[in-house]
Amino acid sequence: MIGVEITGLTVTGPAGTMVQPFDAEIPLGTTLALIGESGSGKTLSAKSLIGLLPRGFKAEGAATVADTPLPVGRDDASWRGVRGRQVALLLQDPFTSLSPVHRCGDQIAWTMEAARGHRMLRRERREAVAARLAEVKLPEHVAEAHPHQLSGGMRQRVAIAAALAADPQLLIADEPTTALDASNQAEILDLLRAIQAERRLSVMLISHDLGLVRGRTDTVLVMQSGVIVERGETSRVLSDPQHPYTRALIDADPVVAARRGSGEAAAVDLDGRPTLTSAQGIVKTFGHRTVLHEVDLSVREGEIVGVVGESGSGKTTLARCIAGLEKEDGGTIDFAGETLAPGRASRTPDQMQIVFQDPYSSLNPMMSIRAILAEALAVAGRGADEVPAMLELVGLPAEIASRRPAELSGGQRQRIAIARALAPRPRLLICDESVSALDVSVQAQILELLSGLREQLGIALLFISHDLAVVRMIADTVVVMRDGRVVEQGDCAQVLTEPAHDYTRLLVAASTRENAPAGAGKD
Amino acid sequence: MLAARVLGTLAVLLVLSIVIFAMMYMAPGDLVKNLLGNRASNPDTIAAIRAQYHLDEPVVTQYLLWLKGLLTGDLGESIRLQVPVTEAIGARVGITAAMCAIAFAMSVVVAVPLGVISAVRAGGWTDRIGNALSVLGLSAPTFAVGLLLLYVFAYYLPILPVYGGGDGGLDTLRHLILPGITLALGLGAILVKLTRTAMLRELEADYVTFARARGLSERTVRNLALRGAAIPVVTGASLVLTFLVGGTVLAETTFSLPGLGTLLEDSVLFKDIAVVQALTLLVAVVIAVIALLADLAYLLLDPRLRDRIGVDS
Repeated sequence: MIGVEITGLTVTGPAGTMVQPFDAEIPLGTTLALIGESGSGKTLSAKSLIGLLPRGFKAEGAATVADTPLPVGRDDASWRGVRGRQVALLLQDPFTSLSPVHRCGDQIAWTMEAARGHRMLRRERREAVAARLAEVKLPEHVAEAHPHQLSGGMRQRVAIAAALAADPQLLIADEPTTALDASNQAEILDLLRAIQAERRLSVMLISHDLGLVRGRTDTVLVMQSGVIVERGETSRVLSDPQHPYTRALIDADPVVAARRGSGEAAAVDLDGRPTLTSAQGIVKTFGHRTVLHEVDLSVREGEIVGVVGESGSGKTTLARCIAGLEKEDGGTIDFAGETLAPGRASRTPDQMQIVFQDPYSSLNPMMSIRAILAEALAVAGRGADEVPAMLELVGLPAEIASRRPAELSGGQRQRIAIARALAPRPRLLICDESVSALDVSVQAQILELLSGLREQLGIALLFISHDLAVVRMIADTVVVMRDGRVVEQGDCAQVLTEPAHDYTRLLVAASTRENAPAGAGKD
Repeated sequence: MLAARVLGTLAVLLVLSIVIFAMMYMAPGDLVKNLLGNRASNPDTIAAIRAQYHLDEPVVTQYLLWLKGLLTGDLGESIRLQVPVTEAIGARVGITAAMCAIAFAMSVVVAVPLGVISAVRAGGWTDRIGNALSVLGLSAPTFAVGLLLLYVFAYYLPILPVYGGGDGGLDTLRHLILPGITLALGLGAILVKLTRTAMLRELEADYVTFARARGLSERTVRNLALRGAAIPVVTGASLVLTFLVGGTVLAETTFSLPGLGTLLEDSVLFKDIAVVQALTLLVAVVIAVIALLADLAYLLLDPRLRDRIGVDS
């Protein structure tokens, strides 16, 4: 018996056909990966299989789960009894996919109660919830916790338990680990793999991350602009891609590059360069919580320093202290030989600038690109006539100046954000997760732009990221942070090949998306 | 936290009492003339009155005398009504409190469900009617709405009384319907908008999509979203309630209700400082208490906040 069979599935939206008709099969107990960049139609395809397309979108085609047809393209009422019981959808972000004001146990129990059509008795409910939690390797008392009391990885486990509580046969997982820290990603995927084998589930795994797909999925569909451009066994597609788009994706992927050993920044001779900025013994507390414990860091002229750590490691707070956006509670920050007092007042725009993670929210949507750049140039006493030169510097055509941010792609927006940061001619550029929100191919281009700018302008970069695979593509020196402390730092190539700290070893393994070394990820 | 809060409120009350006292002192008009009215006066009576109410003392001494009285539990005497301030307020507070309660209850009972339905069926006819009504309610001035209601329900269709507070019990309730609606319209308009926005945001949230994806019924999903939307709605409702407490003067004047609003108005015109002081402080205390209750409601509604300030859930 075939598990899931999809025939002629297509999605049309207000702007025309978003997903061209395609067929697929997911036999019981196997995983199909649907790969593509943002806007490729992979999420729309997934949502059409559970009847949750956004307003204005319509699905056609047929799909069967264990020979029972799904009501593809029909109204909400037809999906009643199908969602949860035959098909379940696991969302990307466990921080938002659970209700913040309800207990985890209740959220798991609702799925079961919806399937049964009645409320369960208290004892029966407690036992059922405990069994579901045990399946995702969580202790019973998690049922009493609210989501904010759990880590991201634990929340995603709760979400998996809730999604599977009514025993569906098809699980659609939409980027289930993208929002998680490196040490949790592999664990969650391996857990899914184990549950899948146990239950003989069909899984559709949607991802943009080729490294994650390797070894954890059986077949791959590669989607580009709503068209399946390549399909086949995962190992074959990754080792011998036929379509140029698949090849481009693989080449741009920092993880794949890391495995090949090719994704390292060209060595730049930094010996004897003077120190541009240094932070010594930085301490920062928020209320009772200390987020930085006497952190030291230094950046030489023209050096690219990567700071790696998980969310909550203090890497962003450190960057914000250096930029003056937060005031450190202890320690000193020197810049070009002078000590800077905490806060923005003691800093000038030509010392350092920052590029944030999300180019969608860091640019004012009401202003044209010309106005955005002219404003930044005016701060530095430069005229608006330099706007075309700024655009050229970041590799954008001059015509773009008359547009607004909404008319640009994510990569173009981030280029504008970089140009804006460069307007006062800073000597240090701080990039806080500046490529994390971008697709892999765009990510690679922005990284190339940044290292080009370093050569061209001689600026230094403080590059902050949660992903070691990205950092290794650009940084000369790497600083590994955990729980507000620097656990390891040194020459990038050396730290990567001979990590001294357990935690660094874990991150290195995660950067190639291989299984975590046992025990290294535990607190 | 509570101690800091109480101290802060006390400081605000002190500053407020000084400001109001100074403004009342500087306002034009003469208390003695107001008191004597058309009666003949001679310098002796005037001097006697001035001495009795300490009007000859410097303004600072007058304020300190009032403050001393307050601290010993004596709010002073209403010069206009010739009764203790507590008595003057006590006689009027019931009708104002009842009117506010009716207005608040009506606005919540109508506006919250209307806001929820508007959000669930965004763009539908309920949404459009709700939207039109709330624009109307927000933009129509209280006195104009009051007059319109009087025309329609007391004059053309004489089913409700035109003015006054009634004889107590059900009759008073009947008298408070129109003023209640008048006040409720403005409040309800804000609440509909708030509820709709909060609900729309929750319905877009990932956890609602995930709930649907697990097969939860639409009713359960809606209750989930409403529970999430409760936090901003309670904030809105508490703000609106404080606004209501301050805004009763117009409604009471329009419907000639013997409440605190009209008492305040008359006392200000008469320069009856003791009553004005007591009323302003009363309103300020009520607003502070409402704000405190709203904060306690957050603790009940939001487990994240409970953990942050270390209260056991």
